[in-house]
Amino acid sequence: MPILEVEHLRKSFGATRVLDDISFTMEPGTALSIIGSSGSGKTTLLRCLNFLERPDAGIIRVKGETLLDAASPASDFQRNIRLKRLHFGLVFQSFNLFPQYTALENVTLAEKLLAREKPDWKDNKSAYLKSIEEHGCALLAEMGLQDRMGNYPHQLSGGQCQRVAIARALALNPDILCFDEPTSALDPELTGEVLRVIRSLADRSTTMIIVTHEMSFARDVADHVIFMDSGTICEQGSPDEVFLHPQQERTRQFLSHYAD
Amino acid sequence: MTFAEQFPIVLGSLNTGFLQTFRLFLITLVGAIPLGMLLAVAEISRWKLLRAFIRTVVWIVRGSPLMIQLLIIFYFPGLVLNTPIWGGGESGRFAAASVAFIINYACYFCEIFRGGIQGIPVGQEEAGLVLGMKPAQIFFRVKLLQVIKAILPPISNEIITLIKDTSLARIIALQEIIWAGQSFMKGSQGISGVIWPLFFTGIYYLAFTGILTILFARLEKKLSYFR
Ligand SMILES: Nc1ncnc2c1ncn2[C@@H]1O[C@H](COP(=O)(O)OP(=O)(O)OP(=O)(O)O)[C@@H](O)[C@H]1O
Ligand SMILES: [Mg+2]
Repeated sequence: MPILEVEHLRKSFGATRVLDDISFTMEPGTALSIIGSSGSGKTTLLRCLNFLERPDAGIIRVKGETLLDAASPASDFQRNIRLKRLHFGLVFQSFNLFPQYTALENVTLAEKLLAREKPDWKDNKSAYLKSIEEHGCALLAEMGLQDRMGNYPHQLSGGQCQRVAIARALALNPDILCFDEPTSALDPELTGEVLRVIRSLADRSTTMIIVTHEMSFARDVADHVIFMDSGTICEQGSPDEVFLHPQQERTRQFLSHYAD
Repeated sequence: MTFAEQFPIVLGSLNTGFLQTFRLFLITLVGAIPLGMLLAVAEISRWKLLRAFIRTVVWIVRGSPLMIQLLIIFYFPGLVLNTPIWGGGESGRFAAASVAFIINYACYFCEIFRGGIQGIPVGQEEAGLVLGMKPAQIFFRVKLLQVIKAILPPISNEIITLIKDTSLARIIALQEIIWAGQSFMKGSQGISGVIWPLFFTGIYYLAFTGILTILFARLEKKLSYFR
């Protein structure tokens, strides 16, 4: 069964149609790369998946459960929106770390707040906090940040910040982790460390959607590639299909800008 | 009377006056900060009419002199409406001055709070949302400290201005420190025609603003651990 099914998603801002009839599915444990020129709607798509925007039409299903059906009233969109969001994680281009918290606190904050909602929180408070702390430390260690846990974001490099942000998103064990151009705000020499982390997540079969302008990375990290053009899916397929044998003229044109 | 004889008498009067200055200062802060927060929340609320109303009030209050506002609030009920709500004595004057100062400063604080809240990048809110936080959690756990850090300099400016503005209450004869210093020009407790007590009040203001400046510098340093 697919872990994610998106059907006929549509979104306009005012008169501008930003997403038009977007449909795709994802199998668990696979990585999907989304490429496309600026303004083609990639960010908007990720924002819809994370319930930061409400689509005008379409369906989003995770593990067979319909999280969003734009045909139902707006109040349905708001209902349990927090829980629906937890199916997805989002790593922003600009990190959006919380500046007043250390790396470790950034990673553990949301998990601690969620633990308070557990019925046995009061009785097992210290056990919860301890395991959350350990989980956070383990995630940061995985990101290669074991000696940066007590640092504040302004004391970290861009690449380190983005790795903290990835750990923060992973902390809540989302079904699908989304990346919106995770390396676009980084100096070229720092992109490598972030891409390595994402690649290692892919190697461990983390289900991921990666929006990126790093074509060679998009190609070899992904199991499936979508090329978007002005709000529509222009072409999709395996990395080899899209990158080596594109069917659409528009895809060839786009890729030619990246040929080196 | 020699200066040495005058000095303790004057000091006693100035101290009493300063106590009134300090009370007005304190009650203004205690009233204007929460009221300013309420106004700020209303000003960024969904309701257009409410927003327009608050914006108009803030414009009127910030756009006209505090001295006029003091005079209107003190005299209007009695002289125009024929319902003197303030009573005659010093306590009536203090109540009127408090109301005028609280309203005036709440409007200034409101604009600072609003700017502080709106100045936090939307990315902070969105990061909280995708992490499953509730709006209240996002406000208190994520934004609040950043807002406080951002507004500390303008708030400390405003508070230091308030110390000096309390002297405007002299216009309705509130017996604050300027009034106390001036009383020795006309004559009080056997001293008359001396102006140095009035000048001497400056020392009190300087000491008070000095202490607050140090306090705010410490607070700012406390919050300098993040950017
Ligand atoms: N909140 C908004 N209001 C109005 N228009 C918007 C809004 N957000 C995005 N758009 C428009 O939607 C279109 C798609 O934007 P989007 O950010 O999704 O593109 P993108 O593929 O992520 O581009 P980039 O590669 O530059 O990040 C753009 O034309 C943009 O101007
Ligand atoms: Mg984008």
